[in-house]
Amino acid sequence: MSATETSTTSGDDLVSLGERLKQAHREGGAVRIEGGGTRHFTGRQVEGEVLSTRRHRGITSYDPVELIVSVRAGTPLQELEATLAQHGQMLPFEPPRFGAESTVGGMVASGLSGPRRPWAGAVRDFVLGMRVLDHQGREQRFGGEVMKNVAGYDLSRLMVGAQGTLGLITEVSLKVLPVPSSSRSLRLEIDRERAMQQLASWGRQPLPLSAATWHDGALNLRLEGGPGSVAATADMIGGDDLDAGYWQQLRDWQLPLFRDDQFRSQPFTDHQQPLWRLALPANTPALALAELEGAESIDDWAGCQRWLRSDIEATTLRDACALAGGHATCFTPQAADPYTPLSPVLARYHRQLKQQLDPNGVFNPGRLYPDF
Amino acid sequence: MNILHDERLDGELVPHDRAKVLAALANAAPDLTLLHREEDLRPFECDGLSAYRVLPMLVALPETLDQVEALLRKCHELRVPVVTRGAGTGLSGGALPLEQGVLLVMSRFSRILEIDADARIARVQPGVRNLAISEAVAPHGLYYAPDPSSQIACSIGGNVAENAGGVHCLKYGLTVHNVMSLNVMTIEGERMTIGSEALDSPGFDLLALMMGSEGMLGVVTEVTVKLLPKPETAKVLMASFDDIEKAGTAVGAIIAAGIIPGGLEMMDNLAIRAAEDFIQAGYPVDAEAILLCELDGVEADVQEDINTVRRVLETSGATDIQLARDDAERARFWAGRKNAFPAVGRMSPDYYCMDGTIPRRELPRVLKGISQLSEQYGLRVANVFHAGDGNMHPLILFDANREGELAVAEELGGRILELCVEAGGSITGEHGVGREKINQMCAQFGSLEITAFHAVKHAFDEHGLLNPGKNIPTLARCAEFGAMHVHNNELPHPELPRF
Repeated sequence: MSATETSTTSGDDLVSLGERLKQAHREGGAVRIEGGGTRHFTGRQVEGEVLSTRRHRGITSYDPVELIVSVRAGTPLQELEATLAQHGQMLPFEPPRFGAESTVGGMVASGLSGPRRPWAGAVRDFVLGMRVLDHQGREQRFGGEVMKNVAGYDLSRLMVGAQGTLGLITEVSLKVLPVPSSSRSLRLEIDRERAMQQLASWGRQPLPLSAATWHDGALNLRLEGGPGSVAATADMIGGDDLDAGYWQQLRDWQLPLFRDDQFRSQPFTDHQQPLWRLALPANTPALALAELEGAESIDDWAGCQRWLRSDIEATTLRDACALAGGHATCFTPQAADPYTPLSPVLARYHRQLKQQLDPNGVFNPGRLYPDF
Repeated sequence: MNILHDERLDGELVPHDRAKVLAALANAAPDLTLLHREEDLRPFECDGLSAYRVLPMLVALPETLDQVEALLRKCHELRVPVVTRGAGTGLSGGALPLEQGVLLVMSRFSRILEIDADARIARVQPGVRNLAISEAVAPHGLYYAPDPSSQIACSIGGNVAENAGGVHCLKYGLTVHNVMSLNVMTIEGERMTIGSEALDSPGFDLLALMMGSEGMLGVVTEVTVKLLPKPETAKVLMASFDDIEKAGTAVGAIIAAGIIPGGLEMMDNLAIRAAEDFIQAGYPVDAEAILLCELDGVEADVQEDINTVRRVLETSGATDIQLARDDAERARFWAGRKNAFPAVGRMSPDYYCMDGTIPRRELPRVLKGISQLSEQYGLRVANVFHAGDGNMHPLILFDANREGELAVAEELGGRILELCVEAGGSITGEHGVGREKINQMCAQFGSLEITAFHAVKHAFDEHGLLNPGKNIPTLARCAEFGAMHVHNNELPHPELPRF
């Protein structure tokens, strides 16, 4: 049980990845990093030669007792999760899986987390270390395979969600956790306002909540923990049993609102309204915008992450989110500005950071914002 | 080995005329408290790492953001270095002043600005003490999880600077996991909000970058922390072992059983005896090691976990297992651990606290290595550590009044940290690099990583004015330091020119 499992070196493609970057560095070209190609719809379009990480794959070390796994970027997420499941462990942040091709590198670079995020943490919270190739194709190693490490700047977490604009992630070390021993899902038909009040009140108590949406006129809850606390909390809350498959569909963006086919076939068709993700502080009331009247939506993360289908003007929506202290991302393929613009001061330091770490603009230029 | 700023290795510091800088700052911020007389500067000459002392050129004690802004703008203009300091409890010399620099003391920013119990957040100024946050939110049934041993005195701004941890970290995370947003002022006096009260923000994760950056990228002026509901119950088990390796193995076995304890701490015989002598916690003084395992959560789950952990400890060869009977006994069990450092301090005129981390499976091997080094250097080492997350705190006992003993203690400490790196760990888990471990950074990182760290620094502080010489060594220092430590007949950083 305590033995470290190590795969063979057959999935090591580091040399060729490094060569490609050295070439780009010499010739002044840019690369578009690609794993399984299932997350093309996130971010802005990138002009550059495709650099595929798919041959750089395999779990390089996994010791269940340490709760740490190290895995190469091109490894299918599905393969990693299957290995963890054999030892009763999981990725607690529940990253979305956009099909069997989704890779670990894509999961980290896009930084998306699933339903358990408000209670367990995001992808970045479970990243312990990283190996990256720099703009000249040289390997650097940040963080490590220990839970606590405050030596130097935390460049590994900086790479999470940076959409491959700061370096090529080749390997990542993640903290994993045991799968909870007991789980139960419930559905309560109550209105939105009451649902949010209820969640705020439960949030102040040590209850084993691990997912909460308000969707289709009902509050959906998942309880996870020891059998005793899950049973006691379920008795206290009441409601009807909910099929746990709901959380998997939510996690993988397969509920009808997401219209999952959108993410597989590239050209975005006119009849579909843009998909928006709103990130808002806890207890933000429903946005009072006439344009959102009757819009299709799911309030996830106890109301902190809201999914929305709407033709609403981007600035109108973003202004309303900013007023509440949040931001909005558009996940419609080829959206001109998928991410909320940065304040001038923040934009300046972002540009300077990109300039320092990727001076020639090799890595996914323009993927996050037009000027870096 | 001297850890004080060495211009040859750490970069040139431009000389400044104290009177001129004082006049310029007083002009830029007329109502700012500035200390300049030697007797006023003396109390600020060191942080918790008191072996090293430097009198700052000036000390500034701002009370408003406008004063901080005016100070930073002026220092930027004059190219005067600025070292930011909170409560000064840091143990790695992260707030060690510079003779040619201003010490910016943020302790007057000590207000809790907002508590939102429904949203489970608190907005606080950087000088607020860690424990004061939990005390203020306790009436709402909430608390702030990261609990460094110095939590009664250390400030949250300092916790951010060092990404502080504590006993709760395995289950509840470090500062980086428990801070939602920061207000930061750059060396140019620009104000930025990093992160938000939402669960993420657009752009790069600058929040992660700021955590543990030791005041080198900006000055923290406000912190929004995440609060957690207080667990319904917490119980602590104390297990005794006649063999330290068995205790180490038990740690892994508890985790392997699917249990994530709220705290899992280990002490060796020297530490046990010191603590018992000091606090009378009821520790078994004959044991080679004890494990303290705290299980917290909902009553029913905790009871079940206790049964599981008890079985695991028995199988792992514990000679005695005690469950604290009530909260008073639980507090006593923890008091021994929490006071282990001062307790060890009573056994020896001086002690030097290390802060390495290792993969848990390496625990027995590293403990053996430490014991061999202890014999080799002729200094006793007491071991106290966060066994759950592999963060060790070997305490090296020495007497600074004996000629050369501090130097021996330092060298032994450095060797212990290198042992941690060799075992796949890190030279610091929660105390930071500061000035203390600047040389060991060269053991953990190669020149490419160190160059990348400098690049990050440059993006935020082009002229290197914020806390220069801390956290990230220059390549010149690594080349010089590397020459002293040859591993496997290979010089570290062979590509660098030697001095």
